[in-house]
Amino acid sequence: MNVLLDRWQFGVTIVYHFLFVPLTIGLGFLVAIMQVQAYRTRDETWDRLTRFFGTLFLINFAMGVVTGIVQEFQFGMNWSNYSVFVGNIFGAPLAFEGLLAFFLESTFIGVWIFGRNLLSPLVHTLSICLASLGSIVSAFFILTANAWMQHPVGYRTVGHGAGRKAVLTDFWAVLRNSTLWAEFSHTVLAAFVTGAMFILGVSAWQILRGRNAAAFTRAARLGAVVALICVVLVIVTGDLQARLMDTQQPMKMAAAEAVYKTQSGASFSLLTIGNLSGQPIFQIRIPHLLSLIATLSWNGRVTGVTGAQAAEVARYGPGSYVPVLWVTYWGFRIMVGLGFLILVMSAWALWRSRRGGKPFELGRWTLWVLVACIASPFLANTAGWIFTEMGRQPWIVYGLLKTVQAESPTVSVADVAFTLGGFALLYTVLGVTDVILMYLSARHGLGEDPHPPDGPGAPGEAPAQELIY
Amino acid sequence: MSGPVASLNTVWFALIGVLWTGYFVLEGFDFGVGMLSLAIGRDDTDRRMARSAIGPWWDGNEVWLIVAGGATFAAFPLWYASMFSGFYLPLFIILAALIIRGVSFEFRGKRDSARWKAGWDWALAVGSLVPAFAWGVAFTDLMRGLRLSPAGLYLGGLSGLVAPVAIVGGLASLTLFLAHGATFLSFKTSGPLAGRARATAMWMSPLAALLVVGTAAWLSAGGSHGPGYLPAAIPIALAAGCGLAFVIAAMLVWAHWEGAAFGLSALGIVAAVGAIFTTLFPRVMVSSGPGPSLTIWNAASADKTLIVMTVVAAIFVPVVLAYQGWSYWVFRQRLARPPGQPAYVPAPLRPHSAPGLHRGGRGARSG
Repeated sequence: MNVLLDRWQFGVTIVYHFLFVPLTIGLGFLVAIMQVQAYRTRDETWDRLTRFFGTLFLINFAMGVVTGIVQEFQFGMNWSNYSVFVGNIFGAPLAFEGLLAFFLESTFIGVWIFGRNLLSPLVHTLSICLASLGSIVSAFFILTANAWMQHPVGYRTVGHGAGRKAVLTDFWAVLRNSTLWAEFSHTVLAAFVTGAMFILGVSAWQILRGRNAAAFTRAARLGAVVALICVVLVIVTGDLQARLMDTQQPMKMAAAEAVYKTQSGASFSLLTIGNLSGQPIFQIRIPHLLSLIATLSWNGRVTGVTGAQAAEVARYGPGSYVPVLWVTYWGFRIMVGLGFLILVMSAWALWRSRRGGKPFELGRWTLWVLVACIASPFLANTAGWIFTEMGRQPWIVYGLLKTVQAESPTVSVADVAFTLGGFALLYTVLGVTDVILMYLSARHGLGEDPHPPDGPGAPGEAPAQELIY
Repeated sequence: MSGPVASLNTVWFALIGVLWTGYFVLEGFDFGVGMLSLAIGRDDTDRRMARSAIGPWWDGNEVWLIVAGGATFAAFPLWYASMFSGFYLPLFIILAALIIRGVSFEFRGKRDSARWKAGWDWALAVGSLVPAFAWGVAFTDLMRGLRLSPAGLYLGGLSGLVAPVAIVGGLASLTLFLAHGATFLSFKTSGPLAGRARATAMWMSPLAALLVVGTAAWLSAGGSHGPGYLPAAIPIALAAGCGLAFVIAAMLVWAHWEGAAFGLSALGIVAAVGAIFTTLFPRVMVSSGPGPSLTIWNAASADKTLIVMTVVAAIFVPVVLAYQGWSYWVFRQRLARPPGQPAYVPAPLRPHSAPGLHRGGRGARSG
């Protein structure tokens, strides 16, 4: 019961947190690009776009920051056995994330917000670049920790029973973990896609409203180009990850496809109606595709759920090692399907806007579809992480520690129920507020004044810090 | 279990002390300012001045907490596990407070409504007050002795955390941060707001001094669970030093040397955290039974982890200090009420249209 509630709480808070994180990484990166362009070309339009998307970026950033602290605390609060077991290895990247990434990110965000009129344009531009770098470095370290849970390396276990824990033997191995590099590239590129699709959708909306169509056409084109390039790379790195998964976590790969029997030349099911237990009512399958994804060969051998279960029983003892199949099956499909939707939409938007210099000449209907597509990367990110985390179950650290062994023995069910309810309530209120404020700020558009004064104070006077909040 | 004092375990105990010191010195003043923005801010401009005084830094200040948490997890996993699971409900309350406080900075100015702004002013004040009090309770609890199981996990529940001495410790940290924040506001702003901050600092600082010394005396009088390795005189001297620093800071504020006063109140907090960590050493959580105390040896990671952490910290802590120090230098000017906003105007209905507040060059916030 406790573990169930602990898992719900972790799931609710991490899914919520990860709605904001990819947008922070992606939008931060793209706002930095816009400001670099503004700095290089001295072009006022880039400057105004930087400010517009910068405002949206900051509203989102605040939510990402405050929900992130919860995640760091929760390991100790709800998963104390886990914390003791993994602390030697898992704690270090968490500490480094703070020291190397969060300090950089938050310090230079502060400098960027308050320094526009105090600093030279070059230093001000560099500050958003450093903040963006900080957010990318933070992804690296948190994924170092996560990749170790998926595929533990560079460790040995010591002690027995309750005192059993993993200790570090080789930190380079932890940093060189193949799973880490696949996860990191896949996740950060997906974050860039998220930021790019957000810019594309918001720009499409502004064009629909007839506000600064020329400026937003430029932003939309930037969004479409970045989304297209990055989503292709997301697909490539995702494919890389699928093959790693096939060797490192064969059960997860089998569960992604809900394929029971080990087979060669396995087909890929696009969708299934009915149950997943081998007797579906209706299915669409693409021959050989699964073997191709998992092994890069036409007739490659793909392990089924039954085979993976037998292998894990032989290795780890009796018990069920099968994750919840409908979650993994549909999580995987939603992620991949939306990825391809983004590929098509960004390519289409780019194709239709290819006439240089003209406003984004898409029909109203197309523009509205682009607005709706803002949701697609968020859903894909969420589905992908739910798939990869729930696909690892019953393990919390694959092959080493089960989730049921990981909870805090001293925290009562009532306490967890209380905090789960508290987080759910708080997050719902803040989520609604956040979306409304995003909408209000986005509706504001680029504003009327294309010639902002250089700042307060008379000419020749040293600029003073402004009351921004 | 014990081990050699000259070891990486001691280094990491000290480094975690440094991280908490950084957190309390820096976030300490922005907690104080957060509470005071409501308490002594008379109108919208005052409150915006108070917020903007800490605006460039509060987020970077909070990272000290995240790094302290991460470093504890990595260097002393059992300390992290026992403290965070043991202090479960208080930590939830602290997290909720930090959440509403953090978003209040971004959210407050996004709508022109007096009720909306008042709501976020309360969010900032309460979100600052709760952790400012709760951290004091938590650290007093770590020193005074808690019921720990043989495996080192805390057993006492919520009621075991709210002993009278811990409440006094919480009031000590609360007043410490209020005094520190008031001194900061008197130093960083000008005009009537700075004047009220001065007045607050002059009575709050001696009160904080009294409560810190009182907590230290109470703890040492009731220290029934065995002393640490260091002579009890050291933490007592440090607590007295903290008290002295705050008394002198109050006098310096009175003499209009606000900069020096802020330096002293910062030193006072350094001394207070020093008192906590010298009381504890070599323990990290003092046990009142049935299990043993958690120490820098039985709660620690193996040397391999500590070596990696030491190398990374040795390289990057100076880098972080350098650029954070630079950001403090960049925004070193005093904040003034914007021109056209003389003293004590009643809160305008639409503050954004007030002259001098909504200029084009408002950074990325022009939305």
